[in-house]
Amino acid sequence: MSKYRIQGVTGEWEVVIGLEVHAQVVSKSKLFSGAATAFGAEPNAQVSFVDAAMPGMLPVLNAECIRQAVRTGMAIEAQINKWSRFDRKNYFYADLPQGYQISQLYHPLVGEGSLHIEADEKAGIPEDKVIGIERIHVEQDAGKLMHDQHPTMSYVDLNRCGVALMEIVSKPDMRSPAEAGAYVRKLRSILRYVGSCDGNMEEGSMRADVNVSVRRPGEEFGTRTETKNVNSVRFVMQVIEYEANRQIDLIESGGAVEQETRLFDPGTGTTRTMRSKEDAHDYRYFPDPDLLPLELEDAFLEECRASLPELPDAKRARYVGDLGLSEYNARELTAEVETFARFETLLAATAKGIGKPEREVATQVANWALSIAPGVINALGAEANPARATAEAQAAILDMQAKGEISGGQAKEIFELVLKTGRDPQEIAETEGLKQLNDTGAIESVIDEVLAANSDKVEEYRSGKDKLFGFFVGQTMKALQGKGNPAVVNQILKDKLG
Amino acid sequence: MNDFTNLGVKAIRDGVAGGDFSAREVAEAFNAAVAGAAELNAFILTTPDHALAAAERVDADRAAGKPLGKLAGVPIGMKDLFATRGVQTTAASHILEGFEPEYESTVSQNLWNAGAGMLGKLNLDQFAMGSSNETSYFGNVSSPWRKEGTNAAMSPGGSSGGSSAAVSARIAPAATGTDTGGSIRQPAAFTGICGIKPTYGLCSRWGVVAFASSLDQAGPMARDVTDCAIMLEAMAGFDPKDATSLDMPVPAWEAGLDADLRGKKVGIPREYRMDGTDPEILDSWERGKEWLRDAGAEIVEVSLPHTKYALPAYYIVAPAEASSNLARYDGVRYGMRELPEGAGLQDMYAATRAAGFGDEVKRRILIGTYVLSAGFYDAYYNQAQKVRALVSRDFNEAFKQCDVILAPTTPTASFPLGEMSDDPLAMYLNDVFAVPASLAGLPAMSVPAMTNKDGLPLGLQLVGKAFDEQGVLNAGLAIEQRAGFSARPEKWW
Repeated sequence: MSKYRIQGVTGEWEVVIGLEVHAQVVSKSKLFSGAATAFGAEPNAQVSFVDAAMPGMLPVLNAECIRQAVRTGMAIEAQINKWSRFDRKNYFYADLPQGYQISQLYHPLVGEGSLHIEADEKAGIPEDKVIGIERIHVEQDAGKLMHDQHPTMSYVDLNRCGVALMEIVSKPDMRSPAEAGAYVRKLRSILRYVGSCDGNMEEGSMRADVNVSVRRPGEEFGTRTETKNVNSVRFVMQVIEYEANRQIDLIESGGAVEQETRLFDPGTGTTRTMRSKEDAHDYRYFPDPDLLPLELEDAFLEECRASLPELPDAKRARYVGDLGLSEYNARELTAEVETFARFETLLAATAKGIGKPEREVATQVANWALSIAPGVINALGAEANPARATAEAQAAILDMQAKGEISGGQAKEIFELVLKTGRDPQEIAETEGLKQLNDTGAIESVIDEVLAANSDKVEEYRSGKDKLFGFFVGQTMKALQGKGNPAVVNQILKDKLG
Repeated sequence: MNDFTNLGVKAIRDGVAGGDFSAREVAEAFNAAVAGAAELNAFILTTPDHALAAAERVDADRAAGKPLGKLAGVPIGMKDLFATRGVQTTAASHILEGFEPEYESTVSQNLWNAGAGMLGKLNLDQFAMGSSNETSYFGNVSSPWRKEGTNAAMSPGGSSGGSSAAVSARIAPAATGTDTGGSIRQPAAFTGICGIKPTYGLCSRWGVVAFASSLDQAGPMARDVTDCAIMLEAMAGFDPKDATSLDMPVPAWEAGLDADLRGKKVGIPREYRMDGTDPEILDSWERGKEWLRDAGAEIVEVSLPHTKYALPAYYIVAPAEASSNLARYDGVRYGMRELPEGAGLQDMYAATRAAGFGDEVKRRILIGTYVLSAGFYDAYYNQAQKVRALVSRDFNEAFKQCDVILAPTTPTASFPLGEMSDDPLAMYLNDVFAVPASLAGLPAMSVPAMTNKDGLPLGLQLVGKAFDEQGVLNAGLAIEQRAGFSARPEKWW
C-alpha cells in the first residue's frame, strides 16, 4: 500500500490516478492508408487521399498495426479479443479531415491485462505492485495544427493523420506520482522491448492523458479531471501533484471538483481548463460501416506470441538467477532495450573469447558495461567516438584483463585510446606498453632489490607488523612502473617474506 | 445513315467488333444526342472528348487486331457520384462544385478498361439523397416521359435520375447508377428501363462519393436485361482498396443468361400487398406472376414479416451513416469554402456547410446526428440494426422456399416534378418496396412490365439470394421476353 498522502487543512487525502497512454505503433504505413509514417518529414509530404479524406476514399486496415497491438497485449498478459470492431468517433476539427476518428469504443482489440511495478524505497514505492490495465484499443492519430506560420490563419500538417495509435487504458490503480511515473516507465520499457512503439515521448510518439481525483483514504472515488497529452514522465508526475493539490484546495475551501478536460502548461507546471463537462463533445460513436469486424485467426495469434522477445521481468529474473548478477545490476541492465542489447552482445563475445560460460564472466561484463565503460566515455566527452566502442573491442579488453595480461587501470587506458583512435586493443596494449608484467623471474629480481633496500622494514614485518605488506607491494609496483601483475607480485612477496 | 442512338450496349459492342461501324461514329451520334437534349438536364457536365478519345482507341485497337474489351466502343453516362480523374465530380452539390479529383473510381476505371467512353457526368439527387431528382444543386432532371395528354415535367425518379432519363431518352445506351435504398431500381421503373443493384460488395465503392456506406452499391442501368448483364460484368470485381469488396471472380452473367425457369420457384411476399397500393401496380404484379409461370417457374407465397419496419429502419441507418460520411465536407481541403469576415474555424464550418448543402442533405444530416446522439443511440440506431438483422433473416427464411422474389418496384408510377417535394415522408414511401433488399444487401433488379393508363411505365422487381445475380437476371429476362415492353417516350426536347 502506498503511504503517499497529501496533508490538507482538514486532514489527509489520498490521490487516485488512472492513465490513458497513447502509443504510436511502429509500422511503415498508417493504420488505414499506405502513406508513410516517418517522423520529421516536410509538412503534408506523407498524406494519401484517404488521410486527406477525399470524397469516396475508403480505409483499408494495415495488418501490421494489429499485429503490433496484439503483441503488446500479450506482453501485458492481457485478454486478446479474437473479434473486435472499429467505431467512428465523430467531431469536427481541422486536424481531423474525415470529421471522425476511427477508434474502438465498444469492442476493443485487447481486454484486461496487468503491469508490474517494482518496489523502489527511494522513489517512495514501498513494495511491488500490480497495476490493472483495462484495455488496449487501436485508433487513428490526428494531424497537427501550426499556429505560428501566418498572422491570422492556422496551417494544418496531416503527416501524422491516420498513424496508428494504441490507447492503453489503466485502471485507477495508482496512488502516488511515483507509482504513475514507474508505470509509465515500465510500460515504455515493455513497448520498446516488444518493438511496437519507439517510446519517444519528446517526439510525441508516446503521450498520456492523466486522470486524477482525490478522496479521504478508504472512501469512494472523487470526481476526476483528465489532463490531456502529457509528454514526459516528469510532467505526468507534475500534473498529478498539481491537480491533487488544486482539487484538495478546492474541496477544502467549500468548492467541488468539476469533471472536465484540462491542459498542462509545462512552463508553469500548472493545468488549466480545456473544456468543461457542459462543453463535452457528443462523439456519436457508431460502428464504422466501411470496415468489417476484425476476426483474428489462431495461426495469427500463435505467430504474434512466438515473435515476442524475452520481456523485462523475465530477463531480470534470468540475469539474477542464471547469470548471478546483483538485483541492482539486473535492473539497470534490463531497463532499456539498448542497454541489455549491448550487454548481451558484449557478454557473448567476452565469454567466447575467454572460453568460459557466460555466468562466470557476467559480473565482470556487467560492471564494465554499467560503470567502467560509461565512466571512461563520459570523462572523455567530445574526444570519444562511442561508435568505436564495438563489442569486439570491448570483449578483447575484457579478455586481456581476465587473463591477467592487463590491469583494470590499463583496461581503462586502452579503452580510452580505442575511443579516441579506433585502434585495435591488443595492438595498443603491445605498442603502448600497457601490459602487466607476468614474468616471475623479472618480478622476483625486482622484489629482491626492494627487500634488500628496505631490510629494516622486512624485519618489522617479520616481527608482526603485517600492515607493511602493502608497502612492499607499492614499492614493487612502483619499481615495475605499475605493470606488474598484482596477483603475481602478491604471491612472490608472500613467499619471500615467509 | 444508321441511327446509332437506337442501339443498345450489345448491339454497339457487336457492331464495332464486327466492323459494321466504327466506335467513333457511335460516339459522335450519342454526343450529338446529348447535346440536343439539354432540356432534360440529365447531365451536369458533358464530356464529348472523353467519349471520342475512348472510341478512337477502340477503333485503333481493332485496326491493329488487338483484342477488344467487354464494352469496346460503347459510350456511357457516368452518374456524378463516381470520381473521375480531372473531370468535375460534384455529387450534384454546391459544396463540391468545381472539384476535380486526382483519382478515378474503381468502377469507372473498370468501365474504361473494358473499352467504354464517357458522354458526361449525370445529374442526380444531391449526394444521392432523394427519390425524384429534385434535390440536385444543378436543377431538376426531367423525365423524357410525360403523362398522356399533358406537358407537365415528370420525375425520372431518384437518385439516379440523370441516368434513367438519359437511357430512356436514348441519349446514352447505358449509364452507371448507385443504389442505397432504391436509387437504381426506382428510377429504372419510372422510365421503362432495366437497372440492377448487385449484391453488396460486388462493385467497389472506392471513389464513389459515400452516402450510406453499409448500403451504397453501384450498378448498371440500361435498356434491357442483356445490356445490364454486360455492363455489370465490366463494373464488378474485387477491389483491395474497399474493405467490404467481395473477393470472388466475376461470373459470366451474359453467357449465363437463360430465360427457361423450369424447376425454379418464384416467391410472392405476402406483406408487399399493402393497403392503398395502386391497382395498376397490383395488375402488373399479377402479370409478372403469369409471365414467370409461363417461363416454367412455380409461384409460391412467402412471408417477409418485418417488411413494414424496413423503411423506418432504413431512415435511421442511412442518415446516421450519412451524417458521419458528410462531415468531411468542411471547407478546409477541397470544395467550396465560406469564410465570413472575422470567422473562426467553427464559423467557417457552419457557413460552408450551410451554403454548400441543400435542404434534403441537411435534413438527413440532422436526422442522422439525432439518432446517434447520446441517449438516443440505443433507441434508434441499435434498434434499427436489430430490425435490419430481422429483415435479412426474413429473406433467408423466404429463400428456403423460393429462388427469387417477385414484387413491384414502386408503389406508384412517376409523378410530376414538384408534386411531392414538400412532403418528405410521402417521398420516402416511394422506396418502400426497394429498401428491404438494400438492408439485406441482396441483388435486386427492376425490369419494365407495362405502361399504366397515363402511358407511364411500371416496373417489376426481382430480388435474389446473395451472389445470385444470374438468377435475378434470368427471371428478368423471362419477364422482358414476355412483357414485350416497347413503349418509348415521344421526343419533345
